Amino acid sequence: MDRKTTQIRRHRRKVTMKYRALAGLFIAASTTLVAWAAVRGTGDLGIIIERTSGSITVVETTQHTVLGRIPGLGDLSHASAVFSRDTRYAYVFGRDGGLTKIDLLEQKISHRVIQAGNSIGGAISQDGRLIAVSNYEPGGVRVFDSETLQPVADIPAIHGAGDAVSRVVGLVDAPGNRFVFSLFDAGEIWIADFSDRDNPEILKLTGAGNQPYDALITPDGRYYIAGLFGEDGLALVDLWQPQQGIRRILPDYGRGEEKLPVYKMPHLEGWAAAGDHLFVPAVGRHEVIAINRHDWSEAQRIPVHGQPVFVMARPDGRHLWVNFALPDNDTVQVIDASTMAVVHELKPGKGVLHMEFTPRGEAVWVSVRDTDRVNVYDTGSFRQITAIDVEKPSGIFFTARAHMTGL
Amino acid sequence: MLIACSAQAENGPELQRQQQLQQMVLHDCGACHGMSLKGGLGPALTPAMLEGKSDDLLVEVILGGRENTAMPPWNSLLNASEATWIVKQLKSGAIGAK
Ligand code: HEC
Repeated sequence: MDRKTTQIRRHRRKVTMKYRALAGLFIAASTTLVAWAAVRGTGDLGIIIERTSGSITVVETTQHTVLGRIPGLGDLSHASAVFSRDTRYAYVFGRDGGLTKIDLLEQKISHRVIQAGNSIGGAISQDGRLIAVSNYEPGGVRVFDSETLQPVADIPAIHGAGDAVSRVVGLVDAPGNRFVFSLFDAGEIWIADFSDRDNPEILKLTGAGNQPYDALITPDGRYYIAGLFGEDGLALVDLWQPQQGIRRILPDYGRGEEKLPVYKMPHLEGWAAAGDHLFVPAVGRHEVIAINRHDWSEAQRIPVHGQPVFVMARPDGRHLWVNFALPDNDTVQVIDASTMAVVHELKPGKGVLHMEFTPRGEAVWVSVRDTDRVNVYDTGSFRQITAIDVEKPSGIFFTARAHMTGL
Repeated sequence: MLIACSAQAENGPELQRQQQLQQMVLHDCGACHGMSLKGGLGPALTPAMLEGKSDDLLVEVILGGRENTAMPPWNSLLNASEATWIVKQLKSGAIGAK
């Protein structure tokens, strides 16, 4: 065989292989055309709750665009969401007890159940296999398989000697495949251990205080802290040593001072840690409280524009963004965590309901209910980058939450 | 024009304010009572739930709040005729649950 023929042969083989590969692609493309055309990651995706329409808007935060809108989720007036650990699915908890699993890539509802009459929030387990929902009616927690939404466990919040049932708030996930939550009407904190999912063990701690209304867990998953509405102070549980019980912190905070009316309950979800401090909204006072993380004492009270609702830390912990209850819900203030002073104020419009940072915090998305818009701001310059039209937007949830304990 | 206005004042808030109040009930009261007013942290405010409760008492709760509960006093944001109008709307089911 001379040199020339070998070359030709080689060339032919290459050509046929190329055609085969192409033909293969055509087949793949024609059978799953939609999915194929839409191949993408999910790390920059998120959802925005539309309060009144029972829909969610799917967005991506790289180009700031809307990818789709999914209707049919029921009453979303106090809705929140968590994400599967592969960040493909969102689980949306509706006020009317609806639990909806959404496929962000195909932009459709994959599963939906009405699991209770009136619910307030939910969590996903450490191993990603369980979804827990906290309910007002019937008061308690229900746990579902994250794959199928089939029921796994029912934990009614029955307390005291009789058969009184409490509303449940402040539900979070914790290491050890545990769920931790508070009983609003009973002042208790319960820890449900699902490390053996068919035989969950429940540890009930009493003496949390009067009306725990919401709670947070530190990002390391060690401390659970519930805010109290009915009295001053907060309730703390060390989840490394839960049998030690509940410790009350800041018991004297604001003692003897007249409380201002609270037109909207503050939220503790957006826990904020910067250096040695934890920042939480005060209740009935126009202040953000900085708590010393080592001895749980009050470090500072930061005067702010109104009753704080969310105190959200930028992912680097340097700034805290704060929104407010009525009549100050047109304002957002930014606190510098090192100087503990307000360094910036924005007026996005009436009905600022929620704020969410992009995964590394270069931008923040702010929902403004009454303008039907979500404003996107540069967190360094505070300049508005863009705005997105969304009908009566409330909660904003980005997929980066999937990998954070308690979110 | 003038006559129409004064007539409206006697009947309660003017049309534009009524619309604001309606939004306020759904969104702001709804934050605690549920947007369809079927209850949440606060009790349901549906006609069935309010039946038999006196208007005066309900107006008083709205304006003055209820001590030691999460129900705040709304008197800095609502006047008596506006609260009365809200109570009538709630009792008749004109706002809320569909
Ligand atoms: C921050 C939460 C919160 C907000 C906001 C709120 N309420 Fe309430 N409301 C409550 C709670 C809690 C109760 C129950 C108090 C009790 O235990 O007696 C209540 C009770 C009531 C009652 C008495 C019901 C009854 O059957 O006795 C009325 C009427 C009422 N609210 C109307 C309103 C209206 C109107 C608004 C808006 C202008 C409003 N509420 C906003 C929490 C709230």
